This record gives sequence, C-alpha cells and structure tokens, in this order.
Amino acid sequence: MTGYREVLERVSAVGGIRGTMLVAAADGIVVAESLMDGIDGRAVAALTASLVGRLRRTTASAGLQAPTVMHLRAENGSVLAVPAAGDLLIVAVTERGANLGLARLEMLDAARQVA
Amino acid sequence: MRALEPWVGPPLQEFLAESSARVTLLMTSAGQVVAQHGFTRSLDVMSAAALGAGIMASTDELARLMGSGRFGAMVHQGARQGMYLSAFDTPRGRWIGLVVFGPETSVGLVQLFFQQFVDELAAAAPPEAPQGPVLAENFERELNASLRALFGR
Repeated sequence: MTGYREVLERVSAVGGIRGTMLVAAADGIVVAESLMDGIDGRAVAALTASLVGRLRRTTASAGLQAPTVMHLRAENGSVLAVPAAGDLLIVAVTERGANLGLARLEMLDAARQVA
Repeated sequence: MRALEPWVGPPLQEFLAESSARVTLLMTSAGQVVAQHGFTRSLDVMSAAALGAGIMASTDELARLMGSGRFGAMVHQGARQGMYLSAFDTPRGRWIGLVVFGPETSVGLVQLFFQQFVDELAAAAPPEAPQGPVLAENFERELNASLRALFGR
C-alpha cells in the first residue's frame, strides 16, 4: 500500500492536480488515494469506474481496442482515468489550468509501476 | 417496487434507478419488511428479511465483542451477483437494507447511491404518528393490508 501511495503522490505533484486515486475497476472502490479536501473520493471512484466500464464496452462494440486514457473535461477542471494491470484504474482530478499533458504521462507511468 | 409506507417509495425508486440493483429489501432491525423490489414470492421476502436481520444482529454482537463500534455495512461478492447489507438509523428507528446486484453495476455504485437513499429517507420521513393499541380484531386486517401493499395481492 505504501508503494501505491508513493506512485500516486508522484502524479499528484504535477501542477494543478487536486487528487489521485487507485480504484478497483470492477468494484468502483478506492484502493489508495491522495486527495485534497473537498473531493468525495468514494463517489469519484464509483462513478469513474462505471464510466470507464461503459466506455470499454462502447469501444469493444465499435471493434476498437480499450481506451488507454479517459479524459472528462468539465467547466472547472477534468477527470482523467488510465487503466492499469490487475483491473485497477489510476484516476486524477485536476483544476482547469492543470498541466494535462504531463499529468497523462505521469499517469501512464504510474499505471506501468502498479503492474 | 412495493412499500408499506408511501413516503419510502420515491427515494427507493430513485435508488433502484441509479444503482441498477436487481433486488432490494428494506426492513426494520426486527426483520419486519418495510419495502421490497424484485421479489415475487412472499415466502422468499419473509425469509430474506429474517435472515438479513439475523446477520446484522450477529455482526452487531461481533462488533461488541471486539470492542468496536457497529459495522456500517457488509458485502458478499459472488461470481454472478453480490449482496450489500447495511443498517442505518432513521427517524422511525434502525432499519436494514439488503441489496442484490449483478455485473451491470458495482459495489461502489451501490454503496454510493445507498448512502444517498438513506439521506433522502431521513429527509422524507414524516413525524411519527402515535401508535394505537394492537387489538386482536385489527391484527388480521392490518396483516392482510401489509401483504397487499408488499405483494399486490
């Protein structure tokens, strides 16, 4: 668990990231988290895992491979999700001005590390 | 979906729609059914209510033996479906929710929307009506009315 937290804290260190989580994709529950106050981690985990599951089914139906990055952009920020081994998801909640390119790179790297 | 008390209906309907639960049973801590969705036989619902209340009573006692507070919820995860069992306080006393869900949803979603359901029940509960004496001549009529409300018979 300490290893997971270290991986998440590296992602959280990217400018504009308000929190990161490791989520069990099938169950939608939090495995590890590094979140700022004001983020309902349990809700973000459950809803993001559900959304990723639906997107996977959508791409499979379209004959495409499973998404490697999901980016949900809202008015004041974004939710990013990257699948990792062991049916886990790396999830990040960002502010509007976050460095999303670097965040994606760090998340993809984190996904390799939790494998 | 069938509920003994009408104010339970809208929050339960919303929970069912949001969580995609297959079966939901709401009961008092004594095992008396308050509402149900997904059961077709009265025998099944009565057995499930008694068993669910028994499980929660056992976990409360285990928590007491371990010197911890009450456990909030319990999940049994099976290959094809899972069960979420949770006790919570309402203005009408302690109630228990038993939710059966399949792979079309997740325990995280069930847990999330169940908490919202509990909050909505607390907000919707009317002030307790004064209880009249339980009279033998009323008992069978009230029992039949409850069975009709829960099973539509």
